[in-house]
Amino acid sequence: MSFKQLNSGKLFLASSLVMLFFGLIMGSLASLSYVLPNYLKDTIGFVSLRPMHVSSVLFWIILGASGCIYSGLEYVSEQKPSKTLATIQWALWLVAIVGIFYSYFTKQFGGREYWEFNPIWALPIIGAWVVFLFNFFRCTRVLKKWPVYMWMWMTGMIFFLFTFIENYLWVFPYFRTHFITDMTIQWKVNGSLVGSWNQIIYGTAFFLMDRISGNKKAGFSKLAFGMYFLGLFNLMFNWGHHIYTLPTLPYVRYMGYGVSMTEWIIFARIFYTWRVSVSDVQKHYHYFPFRFLFAADAWVFFNLGQALLMSIPAINIYTHGTHVTVAHAMGTTIGINSMILLAACFEFFSGKCSSFNKANVGLSIAFWGAQVSLFAFWIALNAAGIKKGIWQMASVQIPYGKMMQSLHPYFVVFAIAGFFLLISITILVFVLLRSYVRCELRSVNEINAPLPNSITSSTIKL
Amino acid sequence: MKIKVKLIFALLCVAFVIYSLSIYLVPIRKHLNSAPNATLASKGRLVWQDYNCESCHQLYGLGGYMGPDLTNIYSCKGKGPIYIKALVKSGTGLMPPFHLTEEEETNLLHFLRSTDESGSADPRNFTINALGMIEKK
Ligand code: HEC
Repeated sequence: MSFKQLNSGKLFLASSLVMLFFGLIMGSLASLSYVLPNYLKDTIGFVSLRPMHVSSVLFWIILGASGCIYSGLEYVSEQKPSKTLATIQWALWLVAIVGIFYSYFTKQFGGREYWEFNPIWALPIIGAWVVFLFNFFRCTRVLKKWPVYMWMWMTGMIFFLFTFIENYLWVFPYFRTHFITDMTIQWKVNGSLVGSWNQIIYGTAFFLMDRISGNKKAGFSKLAFGMYFLGLFNLMFNWGHHIYTLPTLPYVRYMGYGVSMTEWIIFARIFYTWRVSVSDVQKHYHYFPFRFLFAADAWVFFNLGQALLMSIPAINIYTHGTHVTVAHAMGTTIGINSMILLAACFEFFSGKCSSFNKANVGLSIAFWGAQVSLFAFWIALNAAGIKKGIWQMASVQIPYGKMMQSLHPYFVVFAIAGFFLLISITILVFVLLRSYVRCELRSVNEINAPLPNSITSSTIKL
Repeated sequence: MKIKVKLIFALLCVAFVIYSLSIYLVPIRKHLNSAPNATLASKGRLVWQDYNCESCHQLYGLGGYMGPDLTNIYSCKGKGPIYIKALVKSGTGLMPPFHLTEEEETNLLHFLRSTDESGSADPRNFTINALGMIEKK
């Protein structure tokens, strides 16, 4: 394959799938630390496995989101994104990822939760993001009227960069010497970062729905923009719900609480309106993308419901600092973000050379395997969390170690469910990557092959 | 419509910048003095990060969930600095031993002292008000 034939979107998506696979392996290994005493303690240990898991899956989400934007732009913009810039961006990510894993293997930490690596490796990530933004605006500025998903992509990209840099304010002693302010900023960052990639991923979901349903108007509707602004408002101001117990200023906590409550209206509406307009023919041609979007839809229901309850301080006081929070994080990143990203991979990777249709029983089994094991995983974490929450609030407490021992059965279910999740998603990743290698890397003719029932850029009038 | 979208976006961004600045400037606005030995504590924060204690421990309920919350371990009855030092050196069933230099140890203890002095992370110390918000007892 020559450089001319390189498809930037697919390059990012394929790379993100590799990160997903690696992240799942690391997650499964890390989860064993909860069940087996002294497991790998003297060698790599949980202290390295956890960040390896977290960083890999974060990179799956972030690189996947980047791949979705590049793939989407191929369809919506006459001015194509620059391949040279995209390749530079990709190379910067490669440098960062190699550095970050080296940092974890050698236990040179120094960063904060979710970004535990030596902070030097944040520099190539920032560089990659600047290149990405430049490439994005270079090709979108010619478009006069933006559908809502373009706004969502842009918002996600800008806020990711801002927040990622804000994430390193602790480097300045001014912030570190004021512990409570420092913690407040740390969780402001964590809340908004998640909000940023959610903008990109939900934007992608919107884009895919547009394609599947063929309904171009939805992306310009007042309702869609209303929902977008509500999402943005939450990205900016709802993060106070992470730190209700932190002795920070009261307005931060009330702001977090009040703004979070506006989310009750967010998502149900959009999903409802597009699903009814999808015909059977369209479902047939976009079988797996549709299924994965549908699954994400179901997970939104569980997770948004849970998140909203957890945002009420009177309930949060029980769930805060427990595995309910982990359940929420896993439910949203796997159930919602990953399902949408997988839908996008199936949509963008299908073509003449590989079509993923209903007849593919292996894929269907893997699809259901992932949903069922994720459900068991989610329930086990919630159960463990509730039990810990009750312990946490009890006036007379058994020792911490004893309490953790009593959670052992839940952790066993959690580890087993995690293993099945690993198997199921590995099948999906394998099928997608095989198609990438066969169709993109080997077969020259298939490059840019039209998708079934696809809407090519020439048919899109924006 | 396009103008309106741009306008709303711009207004929200301005509000966000103001809100962010108001948070960065809390120590100045409220004339907060940094805690005694704040420089050492802030170095201790880096020790906490260098050894990734956060992967298993929480501060104010935030962090990893394998080990207990350590916000107030410094003043906890029967625990405190000597206990912390010993535990970090020896490790436990799930916690590996850590080999800190003397300076790192001192700074880490200053850090844990500063977290302890900043407030209480025990959820039992809160009551729920009429709005569903929690308040320190
Ligand atoms: C791999 C996970 C892990 C890491 C990393 C870790 N700990 Fe621990 N730590 C634990 C667990 C689990 C316990 C509870 C032990 C028990 O109850 O048997 C614990 C207990 C403690 C305790 C005693 C708490 C109490 O209430 O008695 C202290 C103090 C402590 N750790 C400090 C640290 C410091 C400081 C670091 C970083 C240098 C650190 N730990 C890193 C898992 C970890």
